[in-house]
Amino acid sequence: MSNRDQVISKNELLRVEGLEVHFAARTGFLAALLSREKALVRAVDGVDFSLGKGEILCLAGESGSGKTTTGKAVLRLIEPTGGKIWFKGEDLLSLTRQKLRLFRQDAQIIFQDPYESLNPRQTVFATVAEPLEVNRICNSNAEKEERVIEALCDAGLNNPRELFLRYPHELSGGQRQRLAIAGALVLKPDFIMADEPVSMLDLSIRAGILKLMVDLRDLKGISYLFITHDLSLAWLVSDRIAVMYLGKIVELGSADAVIRQPLHPYTRALVSVIPVPKSISRRDKKLLKGETPDPVNIPVGCRFHPRCPQVKPRCREEEPCFREILPGHFGACHYL
Amino acid sequence: MLLEVENMTTYYKLKDGFVRACENISLSLKQGEALGLVGESASGKTTAALSLIKLLPENAKVMSGKISIAGRDISQAMEAELRRIRWKEIAIIFQGAMNALNPVRRVGDQIVEVLRIHEKMTDKAALLRTIDLFEQVEIDPSRVRDYPHEFSGGMRQRVMIAMAIACNPKVVIGDEPTTALDVMVQAQVLQLLEKLRSKRRMGMILITHDLSVVGETCDRVAVMYAGQIIESGPTERVFENPAHPYTRALIAAFPNIEGERYLAQSIPGNPPNLLNPPSGCRFHERCSESMKLCSCQEPLPVKLDSGHFASCHLLGRRVLS
Repeated sequence: MSNRDQVISKNELLRVEGLEVHFAARTGFLAALLSREKALVRAVDGVDFSLGKGEILCLAGESGSGKTTTGKAVLRLIEPTGGKIWFKGEDLLSLTRQKLRLFRQDAQIIFQDPYESLNPRQTVFATVAEPLEVNRICNSNAEKEERVIEALCDAGLNNPRELFLRYPHELSGGQRQRLAIAGALVLKPDFIMADEPVSMLDLSIRAGILKLMVDLRDLKGISYLFITHDLSLAWLVSDRIAVMYLGKIVELGSADAVIRQPLHPYTRALVSVIPVPKSISRRDKKLLKGETPDPVNIPVGCRFHPRCPQVKPRCREEEPCFREILPGHFGACHYL
Repeated sequence: MLLEVENMTTYYKLKDGFVRACENISLSLKQGEALGLVGESASGKTTAALSLIKLLPENAKVMSGKISIAGRDISQAMEAELRRIRWKEIAIIFQGAMNALNPVRRVGDQIVEVLRIHEKMTDKAALLRTIDLFEQVEIDPSRVRDYPHEFSGGMRQRVMIAMAIACNPKVVIGDEPTTALDVMVQAQVLQLLEKLRSKRRMGMILITHDLSVVGETCDRVAVMYAGQIIESGPTERVFENPAHPYTRALIAAFPNIEGERYLAQSIPGNPPNLLNPPSGCRFHERCSESMKLCSCQEPLPVKLDSGHFASCHLLGRRVLS
């Protein structure tokens, strides 16, 4: 407990403790008939972190690590099956319906694919104005227009009036993602969960979107939970990085510390295979064997032990606790 | 030369005109060599690959150019001849293995089919070869009777690789073979491709949007922009002395965890519409160093040093002065 308290900064916005999301796996007809026990998918299995005001925290991990599920649970788009979430000091899991509505204005989401997340039959104006209408925020059309223009400008779409009547298919990939960001900004949120916001975009356009997100943090103090599978991207934009493996955070620390001095064997392997844009620097790659196991059958003991290059007998029996190894740098491994 | 392509041009016919997807593409590949074809989406890299093995959709046509594999000109080859060339001479690994494999057939059977048709093998011999191929791509041979959905993404990609090398082709084209995979699995698959290439002395063309993949696996690289190769050369040279402003911007946009932490400038604007590409240099509208000449005259490739070419007016001027 004491360890955890140290992570939490004084001006924290969000705090997550022991978050769990377990799903019942779909079983076949025969298994149901024989009333076999339903398998449990432990997508998120005890996650702790906190997010400060104006901080960018990155949840990084491979597919199946539970990073998106964690993000969605934090927004209560998926109901957690265990754990606690506090947002601005309030217990998020026991909010009244009315309070939850207000929370939904304060916490927004940006999805991965701007080709899928935008309604193709809605104009730019309608897309950005919709959240205002749903929440009955504006009293007049003039006010609504003003808010839409402001959001589009904030998202880096210049000449917003010219775009009002355009449809998503008339916009480029980068513009679409900016439109999605404008839709998130229009309610003036304090917190944005961005789920792989640039992974569908070309490299030459990525930087602009990332810069926009960082600038919004600097100007408006928006906090981000940034979800990505790309560690070099995480390092570039975030203040701190949490590396997830099979539903748990295995390492958490400042972006530079996690990438430059990774502690956990899993992070060390991941960092060693991050591509660098050079041809000579053939670094010493630590390739792991196999792929992430199925979250239905999480290994006993340390969940990374079957793939760990430094596995010892203790790892097969005892689950390591998540503890502070260096100041502000946490890891879950017996041998750190 | 194992593979030689000269001034290949491929257009797509649409209702409102021709999409000039590939224009004057020239490539060459030696035995055992790996060439990276890099570009962003819609730069024409996949069209170039499909043109090589003539797997283009119906509305696309190779308008001109010469393609020869092991000295044999196939640019005029008819379908029957092409069928003999595909898989045996030149094979392709497609991007999404989930879409490229037939979901209702066992993976082993799908490879057996290739061997029966192209190598005229008996079922039994083909199955034995398939088991051998599974071992080469490091999959447990007992899984030949599994269906594609029983494999993970990385394993499916290995099956695709096994299929591609089944008939011992001289050239393998990998069209974004690792794009949908996690970093760790990507590294594993790339390592496997490297191993197979050096063992079998195959030529490999690796198509990717990811510069770093090229940096680590390819001997030479060709950078495509808006349907044209704008720079090509030995990987080391191109990475260390990128000559074209587009290549420079692309390399700068790539986060380098060994370097300084900063957000690079993005390239302004968007890639042009190839129905109606810009006049002159196709990059001039987005180029920070654009001159008057760039908008009216198309730059020709300039030789910088052995094997390193780039098409940019800035270079022409430098060489002249």
